[in-house]
Formats: sequence, structure tokens, C-alpha cells
Amino acid sequence: MLLKGETSSMAKYRYIGVPTPRKDAVDIVTGRAKYVNDVKLPGMLIGKVLRSPHPHAIIKSINTEEAKKLPGVKAVLTYKDVPEWKVGMPIHLRVLDRKVRFVGDAVALVAAETEDAALQALDLIDVEYEVLPAVYDIEEALKPGAPQLYDEFPNNICPLGVPWFGSSRIPGGLQELVMGDVEKGFEEADVVIEGTFRYDKFPNPLPPEPPGAIAMWESPNTVHVWLPSQGIYIDEVSLYYLMKRKVNVIVHGCQCGGSYGSKGTILPLALQAIVLAKAAGRPVKLCFTKEEHLTAFTLRLESVVHAKIGMKKDGSVTAVKGEWLLNTGYYNAVGQAQIAVGLGEIQLILRCKNWNFKPKLVFTNRCNSGWIRGFGGQELEAAFLPLLYQTMAKLDIDPVEFFKKNVIKSGEGYFWRDGEWYISRVPDFTKAIDKGAQVFGWKEKWKGWLKPTAVNGSKRVGVGVGVHGNADVGEDVAEAHVHIEPDQTVTLFVAVPEQGGGQRSNLCKMVAEVLQIPLENVRISPPDSNINPYEFGLVGSRGTYAVGSAVINAAEDAKRKLFEMASRQLNTDPGNLETYDGVIYVKDDPNRQITWRKAMSVTRTIIGYGRFESDFSLNNFLMTFVEVEVDTETGFARLLRVVNATDVGQIIDPPSLENQLNGCLGSAGIDTALFEETILDKSTGRILTANLIDYKWRVFSDLPELHNVVLETPFPSHRFGAVGVGEIATSPGPPAVLMAISNAIGKWFFTYPATPDRILKALGKV
Amino acid sequence: MKNYERELNEAAKSGGAASKLKEFSVPSSTIKLIVNREPYELLVGKDVYPWHTLAYTLREKLGLTGTKIGCDSGACGACTVLMDGKPVLSCLILTIECDGKSITTIEGLGDPVSGKLDPIQQAFVNHTAFQCGFCTPGIIMSLKALLNKNPNPAVEDVKRALAGHYCRCISHYHVLKAVVDVIKRGNEQHGKV
Repeated sequence: MLLKGETSSMAKYRYIGVPTPRKDAVDIVTGRAKYVNDVKLPGMLIGKVLRSPHPHAIIKSINTEEAKKLPGVKAVLTYKDVPEWKVGMPIHLRVLDRKVRFVGDAVALVAAETEDAALQALDLIDVEYEVLPAVYDIEEALKPGAPQLYDEFPNNICPLGVPWFGSSRIPGGLQELVMGDVEKGFEEADVVIEGTFRYDKFPNPLPPEPPGAIAMWESPNTVHVWLPSQGIYIDEVSLYYLMKRKVNVIVHGCQCGGSYGSKGTILPLALQAIVLAKAAGRPVKLCFTKEEHLTAFTLRLESVVHAKIGMKKDGSVTAVKGEWLLNTGYYNAVGQAQIAVGLGEIQLILRCKNWNFKPKLVFTNRCNSGWIRGFGGQELEAAFLPLLYQTMAKLDIDPVEFFKKNVIKSGEGYFWRDGEWYISRVPDFTKAIDKGAQVFGWKEKWKGWLKPTAVNGSKRVGVGVGVHGNADVGEDVAEAHVHIEPDQTVTLFVAVPEQGGGQRSNLCKMVAEVLQIPLENVRISPPDSNINPYEFGLVGSRGTYAVGSAVINAAEDAKRKLFEMASRQLNTDPGNLETYDGVIYVKDDPNRQITWRKAMSVTRTIIGYGRFESDFSLNNFLMTFVEVEVDTETGFARLLRVVNATDVGQIIDPPSLENQLNGCLGSAGIDTALFEETILDKSTGRILTANLIDYKWRVFSDLPELHNVVLETPFPSHRFGAVGVGEIATSPGPPAVLMAISNAIGKWFFTYPATPDRILKALGKV
Repeated sequence: MKNYERELNEAAKSGGAASKLKEFSVPSSTIKLIVNREPYELLVGKDVYPWHTLAYTLREKLGLTGTKIGCDSGACGACTVLMDGKPVLSCLILTIECDGKSITTIEGLGDPVSGKLDPIQQAFVNHTAFQCGFCTPGIIMSLKALLNKNPNPAVEDVKRALAGHYCRCISHYHVLKAVVDVIKRGNEQHGKV
């Protein structure tokens, strides 16, 4: 249920804030929406990947002769056949390598006329391995003598630094938090607590649609790629650079069957389809199975925090010192970027002048970690907040009061991902906290640390709270074009695919609002990179503010040009004009009017251009309150109730926003504290949760009561006062759930996820 | 791996895979299906092989890609279609088992002449009861079966009927709103309210 605050703006706008059906709604409910696996090209082959059964091995020999002879097989590729293209940060992983580094690593690629033939061909490839010792734990991987994954990365340490975040002044961006004087800070503290906490079950974002790609070479140096992408333009640019700037890339965005960030990790898969299509001379579709999706695509980072916190009685944090260890698996896509964003985000919920907090990114022999919503911040806070909770408890501080004091306020500063210092421009988030606490009933339910809210026989209820925010709502450059056609239709050209948030429709609403035409008259270009201007992609909740502002600017630019044309015919200044439903009129004399068609004539298109430049001074915010019931006989923890509280400035589309916030439960969010985990068998290196029975997920029959409290205090620098919030929905919940369980059972419980066996163990019952 | 594929692989490994592939096909048998009111005759060994699932045939042979394959092993509900009115997981049924059956997929809902959406589809549009939409066709097919059987189910019955559907965006709450709306409108139409 969406509960608006008192600042809600009823009927302020024609479309903004008003529920409207999604532009693609009919396509989705009729099955006409085309996801990547629904695309069929003439002559298209099916690609498959032969995967390593060993966690770490050298390919001693590989024989593909029999596979190549199989009828219908058009290409079989091994490490000997592929170009020297590499992915990762820094660049380190070949498309196919002689060394395999996890169970599921790509050994060979096949393209064939049918799936049957491709699968048979995989079985006909003979591989002889020299098996190497493997390492799975972060601490083990860092020890002298541990198995080494890459020759160029001694001690399995992945070098830090994000070239595209940094500047000439700070080349790698924000890669550690070091400021002030921590020793002095600890001296000022009333209490100092030290501990190690883990968010270490690397759950899977796991969208319903398995990842896939189609590649088709148009000419020897131009390739088309169909992807379920969140950012088609950035995928195009990335692929162009990965192929050493020798191949023109055109990316066609398909309807994306869920991503939650994860499909940002699609580049290695796309390159596999690209090399297969090149070798076969035909288009190739390569779609992963769900088993491959669960074991060989991408996971959350595994996060271990060892830290010391100093705090005063009034809840001010005087110092934080420690180390943050991150396991990125066998290959690192964006771990350093997640570190930068995570280190930025922790400052938005915790005001502290003295920091000495340093991360380390580590390779191990399991499936890689990569893009996912929460992007570093969730992984950091899930392991850091338990220590913070214990510090608050020592001083008997109410966590809601703590966060009210510590959440970022307008005028306060923080380091963001580029390592620069920003001064925040935000509304007062404590109002959202108060409203959320009131709806949740925090004052009545909070009985103090490690005290249950209620006890009914073996069932004990506890409450918890977590918080998260980012400064990415205005990250990265966006561009858009708005074309006005004389028949009173408008086409928005923007490189935004639809991955579930409804952003394509919401951008159309912004255009319709600026130009005051019926929403059905606004069309949006196909999400293809060759027809749209530059735009980074739908990440970090930037769709509303960053992309939205570019789109709004483009619509305003088009309107300005239209009014200039009309002003000559209406014999007035363009500033005196307004428009409604395709008619331009003089504000003070509405009878003087002209239609768009007449103003433009039928042989003209007006093109508006809009651009948005990165701005890291705006923050979004979400607090999640949870109520959990623990059965101390069975150890089962049930999530009874969730209240999310935020301030988004202005709602664009109520059902879309509510859907996004409800997403707090899914995509490796709150449920990573209750039952979601990837289980790795460390004797074989295999992931045991390789299907949708063994990997646990929330079902319809087990939904908690869920409320979203949304305030609308305008952010003045957006045309409609709005910022995005969708990306962060999953992040505040996980530590909140463990706090609630601790309070319910009366002792600290900080093991993710809180499965019955773990709870019973904590209770001393098993 | 399915037995048939294993036999084929062994045949392929022993050499002469091309001829073996033909030998293993089972010609002279046809599967008659009605899909979305249209009759189809599929020749076994040509249009359909014994290891093809109904989901595969619908998508790859008949071009009905509205039916989604999520897990391909009966655990996510994305491939749900109606077989003689009952919801089935089309990834767990072999096409050769479907001889004489009537299948309805998401493409078969609504009025084929006017293009008018089924009331369930329309309620999903009205309530934005989806996000990425990948699980939506399967969910709608399960609801269709449920409401055909019981036009006035309790919300708990709806939740139980949908418990096998994997939705990761968490559109569950809006799906339930849409279903409640469909039930209410149905009751109004039949004068029950």
C-alpha cells in the first residue's frame, strides 16, 4: 500500500503523479513483448558453452574434431581460436582461456543449427585437465602459499581504482575512507566496540529471465548485438573498447526480463555470442539455462567487515577504523566501483569526521560477483550495521533516533565515488523517518535492545530498522532528443531499455507534461544504440533525475523552437505563448491561436536536444522497518510486516514507484537475511543451489504486510521536483531483519541468512 | 539428460552421427493439437522429436513466444499454459504426450476478432500488475484456470494458486490487487454485489 505524506501534491500535474498504464502494458499481458530469447533472425544458430567441471585447472589438451564433424555444427571454438579480447576491471579475463578458474568456467563454445546438435557437440569435445588446488575463502586466498588465480595479481588481490570514476587529481576515484584523526576520535568516544561481521552467502539477483545475447555480423567490421540490457549505449561503448576499437557495435535493447543490475555483467556472454557468430558466419543466439544463470553468471559480492567504532552517549560517531574484505569470485567486473559507491553511501547514514577504513578486493575460485542493485552499499551496510547496532546498544540508544541524528542533512558534506567532496542538497529526511516510525508503530513496538516486542508461547516478535541512501540519482551524462511532428505526435529518442521499472513510460509522461499533449501522442524510440544519443543506462536510481532531466530539457528545447516558429505567425514574443493538445495560444489572449501543424507546416520536424551533466550533490533515502516473528521451537523466522519510508520529491507514477519499493523483498534484498543464499560445496567447488527448488525464494502464499510511506518534498533542481529511489529498495532491510531477530530471541544474532538451523544453534538447541 | 539424447550421443560418438540422427527419428506418427482454437498436425521426426517439451514446440515450432521458459524444470511457473482448461507446466510435458489435447497460451486469451483483452489482462494493465513482465503470461494463465473453476475465490486461494510462480521484481501485491478487481467486476456483472 502506498501512503503519501501530508506534502503530497494532489492534481498538481496532468500526468506526473497520476497513475497511467505502462506504454508496454498490452504487449506484456498478451505475450507480444519481445525478450531476447523471443527474437529470431533468419539463419540464426544456437550457441552453447562447454563448462569446466573443475574449480581450478589448466587445459592440457582439447580436441574438437569429433564435435566439428557432427551435422549441423557450424563453429566450435576454444582458447586457441578466439581473439585476445579481455574483460574485467582491470582488464584480465580472456573470452576463453587455457586456464579455468571455477566450476562452470567457459572451456569451449559451440554454434549449431539446433539446440540438440549444439548440446551433442559439447559432449563430443575431449578435454584433458591438469587440476590445480582451489581456494574459496577470502582470508584463505590472502594467505601466503594460497592457490593463485592470476599470475598478474599476486596474493589474489585485485588492484583498486576505477578509471571511469577518477579524475587527473584522484585517478582511481574513492577507494578508501581516510580522514581526520581516528585515535583522537576514539579518545573522545564514550564507548568503543570492535568486531567482525559477514554478509557472505553471495546471493543471486536472479531475474526470471536467464541472461542471453544474439550477435549478427553485418560486415567484417560491424556487429549487431541484441541484449537484455539496462544500458544499451554503455554496452555498445564497452564492447567497442573490449574489441580494441576495431569493430563497430550496434546494440539493440530487448525487453529485459528483470535485471536488478545483474545484466550489466552481460559483456562476457555478449563476446561469446560475437566470436561464435564471426566464426560461423551466421547470427548466433546464446541464452543461458537457469542452471547456468545460478552457477555461472553473476552473484552479489561477499563482504566481511572488521572494524572498530567509537560513539558518544548522544549518538555521535567519533571514529571508524577497520578493513573491508570483498570476495569477487574468479573474475571482477565492477568490484572497485561497488567499493567507491559503498564507501560513499555509508557516509550518508553515518556522520563521522574520523575514518580509517580500507577495502581489499580478492579473487577466489567461484562464480564471479558483479553488477547488482545496492551496488556495494548493501554489501557494506549488511556487514557494518551489526557492529553499529551493538555500539548503539551499549549506550542504550534507540536506532531510529540514531539514524535521525546521523542521516545526511542539507549542507553536510561527503566524499562520493570520484573522491571529491560534495555538499548535500536534500529535503529533511527525518520527516520521512518520523512518518515511517508512526505508520510502523515504532514507539509502541520498540522495547529496547535485545528485548522482544511480544512473546506468545514459543513465538517471539522483534522489530528492527535499517537505512540506505545514495548520491547516484544524478550520476553520469544523459542525452535525449525530442522530435515534434506536425501531426501533433512527438517521438522521444533516448537510449533507455525497459527492465521493469516502467522508466520508458515515465519518460514519456515527462514529455507529455512539458508539451501538454495527450500521453498516447508521445512515442518512444526503440532502445537501439545506433539511433539514439548517448545515455549511460538505468542504474543507481538515475532514471528520474539524470535521464529525466535530459528528456525534459529536450522537450523544453523542442517547445522553444516550436514557439519561435509560432511567434512569427502570431506576431508576439515566444515568451507569451503556451500550448495545449497541439494548439499554441497567446497566454493573455487565448483566442489568438495556431495549431502545431500550421505553425510548422507539414514538411518539417522540430528536433529538441537535451543533456544532463553528472551531479553528485543530491541524495535519495530509504528507511525500512521490519517486524519478525521467531518460533523458538522450530527456529523459523517469519517476516510479518515491512514499512518503507522515503521522500522522493514528486511521485512520477504511483504504481511504478510502489512496485519498485515492494521489490525490497526480491532480487537478493531483505530475504537474504531470511532464507536466500548461494551454497558452495567447498570440497568440489560446485554451487549446490543450482535450481529454483534449492535456491530459496519468496512465494505468493508467504507475503508480509507491506506499506510504503512516500513523502513529496520537492527537489527544486528537477523540473517536477523528483528524484529516483528504485535501486536502493533492497538495501536497508537485511541488517534490519537480523536486528529484529536479535531483539526477538534476546541475544545477538548476526548470521545471514537466518535459517531455522542457524537460529536453533544460536538458541543452543542444536 | 533425457534418455533419447543420451542414445543419440552414444550413436554420435560411435561415428556416423548424421545417419544415426535420422535412424533415431520416429516417422509416420503425427501429433494432433489444438492451440488457441487452431488445429495443428505435427509430424514426429520432423516437426517434433520425442524429447521436445510442449514449451519448446510452442515457442520454436509454432512461434508462440508469449509462453516463457524460465527454469525449464518445473519450478518457476513461467511456462504455464492451459491443457484442456487445466494449468500445466509446459516445460515438464513432452509434446508427444499432447496428442488430441487443446492448449491455450497467453496469445489465445481475449477476443481474437475485436482484439479486446481478457478481463484478467485488462486488470493487469489497469493496475500495472507487473514490472519486468517475464512471469506475467504464466501468472495470467494460472489465474485464468483458477477463475474459470471458481469465479469468486478468496485472496488466500489466489495466493495458493500462484504459489508456484516465481516473480522476482515483487509484483505480487499488484497482481493481487488486479485479481481482486477482476473478481469484483465479475461479481458485479453477475449481479452478485
